[in-house]
Amino acid sequence: MTSTDTAPLAASNLQLIVLKGFNRKQVTAFAVPAVILLYLTYVFFAFDIYGIAARARLDNAAILVSDFWSHKTHVTRDNRINEVTVAIEGENKGTYPEGMLPDWVTMVDGVTRIDLDKGHEVIFDADGARYMVPGYGVVDISPQAGKLSLVLPDGGVPDWINASDTRVAVTTEQGRFSYTRNRTEVFKYQAGWELFFFTLDSPFYGKSFVELVQLATIGERIDPARSNISAMADGFWTNAMWRHGDVAWALFETVLMAFLGTMGAAMIAFPLAFFAATNFTPSRPILFTLRRIFDFLRGVDGLIWTIILSRAFGPGPMTGALAILLTDTGTFGKTFSEALENIDAKQVEGVQSTGASRMQQARFGVIPQVTPVFLSQVLYYFESNTRSATVIGAIVGGGIGLLLTQAISTQKDWEEVSYYIILIVLMVMAMDTLSGWLRSRLIGRTGHP
Amino acid sequence: MSDMTTHHGGAAASIAIRDNYLAMARRKQMYGGILLVIFIAMMASGFHLADSRNAGGFWNGISQVFEFPSEVLTEGAAKAANLPGLLAEFLPSLIETLNIAAVSTFIGAVFGTILALLSTRGLARWPRLIPLFRRMMDGMRAIPEIVIALVLIFILGGGPVPAMIAIAFHTTGALGKLFSEVAENADLKPVEGLSSVGASWIQKMWLGVIPQVAPNWLSYALLRFEINIRASAILGFVGSGGIGHDLRLAMQWGQGKYDQVVAIFILLFVTIVFFDQLSSHYRNRMVKGR
Repeated sequence: MTSTDTAPLAASNLQLIVLKGFNRKQVTAFAVPAVILLYLTYVFFAFDIYGIAARARLDNAAILVSDFWSHKTHVTRDNRINEVTVAIEGENKGTYPEGMLPDWVTMVDGVTRIDLDKGHEVIFDADGARYMVPGYGVVDISPQAGKLSLVLPDGGVPDWINASDTRVAVTTEQGRFSYTRNRTEVFKYQAGWELFFFTLDSPFYGKSFVELVQLATIGERIDPARSNISAMADGFWTNAMWRHGDVAWALFETVLMAFLGTMGAAMIAFPLAFFAATNFTPSRPILFTLRRIFDFLRGVDGLIWTIILSRAFGPGPMTGALAILLTDTGTFGKTFSEALENIDAKQVEGVQSTGASRMQQARFGVIPQVTPVFLSQVLYYFESNTRSATVIGAIVGGGIGLLLTQAISTQKDWEEVSYYIILIVLMVMAMDTLSGWLRSRLIGRTGHP
Repeated sequence: MSDMTTHHGGAAASIAIRDNYLAMARRKQMYGGILLVIFIAMMASGFHLADSRNAGGFWNGISQVFEFPSEVLTEGAAKAANLPGLLAEFLPSLIETLNIAAVSTFIGAVFGTILALLSTRGLARWPRLIPLFRRMMDGMRAIPEIVIALVLIFILGGGPVPAMIAIAFHTTGALGKLFSEVAENADLKPVEGLSSVGASWIQKMWLGVIPQVAPNWLSYALLRFEINIRASAILGFVGSGGIGHDLRLAMQWGQGKYDQVVAIFILLFVTIVFFDQLSSHYRNRMVKGR
């Protein structure tokens, strides 16, 4: 044996290799963070992060946050026709009807008093408007010869009052006030989402929970044609401000898109996967073609499928479902065939040894092995497609994604946006729970694919 | 069945076993059949419902499926000479889309690592807070990217940053969960060894846990990167930033700019296929051994 002769040589060789390895590790230990840092620096400039920080509209953020938990009521006086309207969020469907006012607004003989709490009060009358600010004094505005005359307690104009010849705006923590020649307007902010259950025209508006329960159970029928509880359900469902019925439909549509897309894709991919798995395929060309088709379906991606399909099928949930179906057929085809290639051949041989035909081998030797894998993948994709269906809905014009983008693009109904966001998160969490429950019921506890 | 004891091959016992088995098999078959019927009914009624709520019907549309692609391809082919120029023109947007995906995957992986370690039994810094960190990750995963992106566009204005933050937020939750599942199976012996020499929590994680889980974590991060490329393209279309935005502009223009649409489709397709292959190649190498 020559091992004794070469031992010192081998040892020094080994030392060299080890040292080289250490060197390489040291270099990578510095090089990898350095490369990442360089890349992040590049992205910092490419994305203009510095500029973004400067351009950020924090006032928009403030509007968003305040709308999230509060609503505002507009009290508007049209100064040309001397008419005052009170409308929640300034919307038509939130306008108080004739003879109905919130308890903080009083109208007597053409004088409107608006109580903004904490001593703040605004008065509209024929002469103009006055805003009493406690600890400061009265902001008095009256139109004179086409201009606005502004009288303040002490000569100077504080920074929360914005005044010009044609417009005066006052912003305090109790609300906003603005005066122009044509209209006087006060915004009062209050906590909660107003009109969430019943709109102003509903007989149930403004009732407390106890009163509502009484009405629903033992109270007299308000509408003799039907019971109070069904009238309540109807009033809630068709609420013009929040459109609960439409929103529920939109949520359902979103889940429907995900369900049809995922299950349809699984049903198509399941038989095809056998032809695309090396150990089952009857011929290599079929296997090759199928795999390229799967790659193509996945590669084109949901976005492009969505665009192409919405041209053919028009907007709606069917388009979204088909887009999910096409992409996921590719994904399932790939993962199913991989799972089929990884099965344990012993089970199949065992079934074969009893004289089973090829179909029977597949049924009793293969299917029981792959079902848990398939099911867990399908459920996982169903859950994740619920999220995708929100985005796809925004493109194809269906489901909650459409409502969300519409509400955001108007840039004023932020309380609706927050309502939708909460519902979307609840929907996704419900789907998460459902798919987890189904997974554990159908296949027992296993990890994600 | 396990409570059945088979004594010395009593015929009565074996018949009872067989009957029991057949009854169970029949019951199972019946349940399976009922489930199948319910499933088919759900699919059929869902299909009908979706069809009735769609603007164009399914059967109507299926005949027109190839109209738009052929229209686009005809125009693209007629203006094939423009194609190289257009590909070069949209390359910066494509790079922006890729940058969004890469940075958000990186940020998501960093925060996902922290959250995963904090919410893994046996490794957590504050074991009592494990449920809190888990719920946090659930919440981050549940919010779809589009929601965050659209809200941030309102605050930050257009550009790639809203999409990046939105995807990073979701990625943190998604990777955190997967990372934590991997870390749960990590061997605790190195960690114990490190604690015996007085290592801090960060040292224990960095030297004892991360080296063990790195291959699996990297493989998940790569998979996520691939998913995030798609997400970044689609967010660009709905919101702003990257090649998705260009695609929407070209689509809004409609006929006359279909050569641009073709160029963008080609770029997107090639990119996605490329990263799909790349990530599955490296994932195989990392998880199944070099």
